[in-house]
Amino acid sequence: MNPRLYPLAATIAIFLLAWVICVMQFPYMLSTRVVGNLLTDNAYLGIVAVGMTVVILSGGIDLSVGSVIAFSGVFIAVMLRDSGLHPLVVFALLLVVTSAFGAAMGWLIHALAMPPFIVTLAGMFLARGAAYMLTIDSVPIDHAFYDLLDDAYYLMPGKGRLTLIGVVMLLTVLVGMIVAHRTRFGASVFALGGGEATARLMGVKVGRTTVAIYAFSGLMAGLSGIVFSIYTSSGYPLATVGTELTAIAAVVIGGTLLTGGAGFVFGTLIGVLTMGLIQTYIVFDGTLSSWWTKIIIGLLLLAFILLQKGLLRVTTARAGA
Amino acid sequence: MLLTIRSLTKTFPGTKALDRVDFDLAAGEVHALLGENGAGKSTLIKCLTGAYERDEGVIALDGATVSPRSTSEAQELGIGTVYQEVNLLPNLTVAQNLTFGQEPTRFGMVDRRAQRRQAEAMLEGYGLDIDVGRDLSAYSVAIRQIIAIARAVALSGKVLILDEPTASLDAREVETLFDVVRGLRDRGLGIVFVSHFLDQVFELTDRVTVLRNGQKVTTERTADLDRVQLIEHMLGRALENEVVGHAKTHVAQDRPELLAFENFGRRGHVEPFDLTVGEGEVLGLAGLLGSGRTESAELMFGLAAAHSGGARDQSGALDLSSPRAAIAAGFGFAPEERKEDGIVADLSVRENIALALQARRGWARPVPRAEQLRLADEYIEKLDIRTSGPEQPIGDLSGGNQQKVVLARWLAMNPRFLILDEPTRGIDVGAHAEILRLIQQVTAQGMSILVISSELDELIAVADRVIVVRDRRHVAELTGSEITTDTIVRAIAAPGRDQAEASV
Ligand SMILES: Nc1ncnc2c1ncn2[C@@H]1O[C@H](COP(=O)(O)OP(=O)(O)OP(=O)(O)O)[C@@H](O)[C@H]1O
Ligand SMILES: [Mg+2]
Repeated sequence: MNPRLYPLAATIAIFLLAWVICVMQFPYMLSTRVVGNLLTDNAYLGIVAVGMTVVILSGGIDLSVGSVIAFSGVFIAVMLRDSGLHPLVVFALLLVVTSAFGAAMGWLIHALAMPPFIVTLAGMFLARGAAYMLTIDSVPIDHAFYDLLDDAYYLMPGKGRLTLIGVVMLLTVLVGMIVAHRTRFGASVFALGGGEATARLMGVKVGRTTVAIYAFSGLMAGLSGIVFSIYTSSGYPLATVGTELTAIAAVVIGGTLLTGGAGFVFGTLIGVLTMGLIQTYIVFDGTLSSWWTKIIIGLLLLAFILLQKGLLRVTTARAGA
Repeated sequence: MLLTIRSLTKTFPGTKALDRVDFDLAAGEVHALLGENGAGKSTLIKCLTGAYERDEGVIALDGATVSPRSTSEAQELGIGTVYQEVNLLPNLTVAQNLTFGQEPTRFGMVDRRAQRRQAEAMLEGYGLDIDVGRDLSAYSVAIRQIIAIARAVALSGKVLILDEPTASLDAREVETLFDVVRGLRDRGLGIVFVSHFLDQVFELTDRVTVLRNGQKVTTERTADLDRVQLIEHMLGRALENEVVGHAKTHVAQDRPELLAFENFGRRGHVEPFDLTVGEGEVLGLAGLLGSGRTESAELMFGLAAAHSGGARDQSGALDLSSPRAAIAAGFGFAPEERKEDGIVADLSVRENIALALQARRGWARPVPRAEQLRLADEYIEKLDIRTSGPEQPIGDLSGGNQQKVVLARWLAMNPRFLILDEPTRGIDVGAHAEILRLIQQVTAQGMSILVISSELDELIAVADRVIVVRDRRHVAELTGSEITTDTIVRAIAAPGRDQAEASV
């Protein structure tokens, strides 16, 4: 097997193992209901993590996404309350805004040669601030179209609900896989992650690609915001604090190298589902504090970072031989 | 003219890298671009391909003025380039590297199967038998170099630029490359060839342009020049007593023994060997690429742990289980891949030189700054390192000058046993002689040196004893008057008696 596949294989193995353990204790967890909920509850995280994967593959990071999701929810709620526009129009507007926001961050990173960490940290405060400017309260969304979206689901055998937002998440992962692994843009992303100077000499249009990467992440954050607003039927400026870190964790657990240049979008989906599974287990158990989720995720992260370090050493040792 | 450059000027902070340089490239010629380390060759190339922004100058391709602002634009114009630093990505597959930017697509998606086929077609004629679906990092530097060349050749509709392409290739691979280049020349391409191997320049090229300190010195037909004239153009002076070509007066001396390796080996790396090292002795290690030369050195320096045997000096057994232990035992090792393993690009020349000495002393006892400066100044002068000063980041130095800094680092540490893997790769003729002289100087003061080199002239010039490696075994040891090109070549190539025995 190609050593590049080891982290992905490890991710999938851990996920399956975790599931087997869960099912052995609570056979009900094999049901389509649990599966449906797993997808629905983690839809917004899965979508934003796809954008994050692309950013991390390029050797960057995007800390703004949690705030952008919150901004999106507030933006939608306020627009629907005050403007009377159709939700689809509002969605389109929002996606343009968040993509442009991401593109602007990408441009700053490239043009000023600033670390993505700093630029997107500023973006994080900016987006959160913008959300507060729109409102400081939780704004409920009350619109017939939203009720429609909420009720859109496919009843799987066993009474599990495959909801619209769950499907949107799966489709996003599919699109992300194609973008990252099957397009020239994706190849440029991997090239940047492998080394910017080399990528430049190979003919990567570094500026354009950087802008596109962060615009893509902004787009995903906006889409995630839409899904989150459907999930919660409200917009709240204090929502999804720290989601960017959860997304980064999902990406790393999914086997993507934090330093960029290697990884799989599909792994990110498994990373998200693994984290969701741990949470579900804790809910089923009932006696465990929800902090166990964080602790287990922390341990998993540590294990993956060690695995990656080990692999890096193995491959460099082999190349040197 | 296919390509004309007029009055090209490029200034870096503190250096005028190019000063109103003119350059002409005709269709159907191989044009050598020569000059000392830091003369401006790579800068000229990078300005031409848009990797650097030029200050001034006009570039015309096929009579039309062009001004590529990025390397991808240059590629679209039909200029393919192999840069001096290997410009491929180890985290992509060979096929992805080869087709990068030109991937065959279907419905906007990369067609993997067509990509594979395209990559395999690009590698045809280079005699490589590799799986293009594997990561580039799985292959050796020589193979990567050939892949980079294949990629540039495929991109070069009109112009092919090769910046020191042969630095890590063996003789057979160089021949293959030359055949490819001649084929392209006959098809009417213009080829720019940069190299410090003057023999290759005479063998391959039609014309020569020499740069010195960022200025063009001359352009002439290669056939009208001889080696001495060419060197004079490059250095601006005659090279006094070129060390290469003058064999060392080989007298077998009895030296006090410094080290002894006994039955030292590692499975899959190199078979167990015995080796003694005398005080102040220069040992040469000869053999083809991949024959086990570098592996032997890595074993001695603890980069790979030995499976059998051990090493000892006068006072007893030595611990060589890791590079750290080897350094503590007074060993030093300047690796072949200095670009990748050797330099810390953001640190200054001074810091890079002080690095090994610091490691030896331990981090608790910093080398005083004044001492670092003294060392830096000493080696900048001794090795003629072209830099704007000891505080310049090493990443801004020319390729050859970076190599010199890494050599300086290990010499400054003053180990008792120093291993030099291809110490003169990518280094110009002037500095080449300087380095060989320096080797003689430090060994006269008692340091022992093991030199690994593909250039037999070089080994003959400095080595007291030559070990020949073949198929991961030490097969012969030559001393005194036995050290001649002829005997070494025969030991490397001909299956000697030991092999005949083995096949019985
Ligand atoms: N990025 C940079 N920043 C500052 N100075 C630079 C930079 N790149 C090159 N230089 C300087 O420009 C000069 C020319 O360097 P260049 O790399 O063109 O030399 P070269 O002829 O290719 O030498 P070599 O044979 O060693 O490769 C050197 O003095 C070098 O220090
Ligand atoms: Mg150069």
